[in-house]
Amino acid sequence: MSAPAAEESLPAYAVDRTAVQQLRGARAWPAGVTREWALGGSTGRGARVCVVDSGIEAGHPRVGEVTTAMAVSIVDDEVVIEPDTEGDLCGHGTACAGIIRQIAPDCELASVRVLGEGFVGSGPVLVAGLRWAIGQGYDVINMSLSTTKHKFVEELHDLADAAYFRRSIVVASAHNMPVASYPWRFSSVISVASHELDDPLAYYRNPDPPVEFFARGVDVSVAWTGGVSMRSTGNSFATPHITGICALIRGKHPDLTPAEVKTLLGLTAANAGADGG
Amino acid sequence: MVDADARLRDAVAAGVLADDATHAALLGSIVQVARAIFHARAASVLLLDEAAGELVFEAVVGEGEDTLVGQRFPASKGIAGWVLNTRQPLVLADVTADPRFSADTAASTGYVPRGIMAVPLLHGEEALGVLEVLDRPADARFSMEEVDLLGLFGIQAAAALALIRRARLAASALGDGGGDLRALGRIASRLAERGDDRTVAAFLESLDALLAQAPG
Repeated sequence: MSAPAAEESLPAYAVDRTAVQQLRGARAWPAGVTREWALGGSTGRGARVCVVDSGIEAGHPRVGEVTTAMAVSIVDDEVVIEPDTEGDLCGHGTACAGIIRQIAPDCELASVRVLGEGFVGSGPVLVAGLRWAIGQGYDVINMSLSTTKHKFVEELHDLADAAYFRRSIVVASAHNMPVASYPWRFSSVISVASHELDDPLAYYRNPDPPVEFFARGVDVSVAWTGGVSMRSTGNSFATPHITGICALIRGKHPDLTPAEVKTLLGLTAANAGADGG
Repeated sequence: MVDADARLRDAVAAGVLADDATHAALLGSIVQVARAIFHARAASVLLLDEAAGELVFEAVVGEGEDTLVGQRFPASKGIAGWVLNTRQPLVLADVTADPRFSADTAASTGYVPRGIMAVPLLHGEEALGVLEVLDRPADARFSMEEVDLLGLFGIQAAAALALIRRARLAASALGDGGGDLRALGRIASRLAERGDDRTVAAFLESLDALLAQAPG
């Protein structure tokens, strides 16, 4: 099996007395965390977001600029990652990108396409796309898709952990049907399913995981290929809402780890009992 | 002389397979109920032809039912392609807004729906095809309940498709293409020429016992 995207070459996992004094984040958390502290005033500026999906239609009025667009393919049993010249082959990736842009208008958006000609049921393409995104160090990686193939579980699990340790937040869509799929079930990612409310910033923590958060995912107006919009339903569209919110948090607090961002989401959720709404 | 080959074929067919008409009726009833439940204009089941990389219309009710069955399109593109490849349901309204989708669909099927609900037909880790429900009433808002219901229909349709695929594989093995069952049929046929049914039965029983003891 190939190695995870990145393993930090740290000499030891311990700190001496002096180093302990230096163990502090860029800023202290307030005693009572509020949504205003978490993301108030943020437009996502500074946050780099990657959408692993069907590609993104760059220049769509609801998407705007896509800074990087790559496509994964398999040529002679070898994974090839090269610049994407075809754009979005379905519309789904553009829909996700439009939601992220709506919530975090100034974030940087990138695309890695893991669907396309001859990709039928190809787990290696999905794995390679995620590996590439983690290797590029994106702040947030949106995965509104999953694989049901069990043989990719170990590799995906290693990748999800590699992302977690490299400070990349993987936001993954829970399956809409009662089937086992990955990577959303891993605790190192943030998993998302839908609620029926119409508020793009209303998110709820789930006290009964594996699904961890609920966001708007029913009858959502989304961007689609051809420069148009349509209404769509599914956890696929709840996920980029949380991705966008993570981009807002990362834009304001770039030093937070994925675990801290997840904690912050939980503390500021509408049902958290804080000021979430 | 007893035609043991045909008897074996019949026996296997009776035990394992239903006929094509029964399969068509099963899939037909699934799409009819799906269409009725969602008050849709049409519903269809598409089967993946993995070798060709194409989706094939297996059962259609409503708009297109006279022309679509048997038609194919690439399994790697479009809404059905996304659903098949990602194994996730997708619910969309106003797909006619997407000029590329409209052109492709009109060219391949002659019918452009406004709204699509598509669910993958999952059998274990495999995606066998896609169930589509087209053009629900324009004013009908989707709810989570409907998405769940669509998923349940998908599970039912997938079970039907899995049976059909298994039946076709078995039929192919029994046909002119050769395969283990064909060879077994020839052995049974030779035995029938040599003696009575009891000899055949004794041989098959001893073969069965031998196979049972053989290491897996």
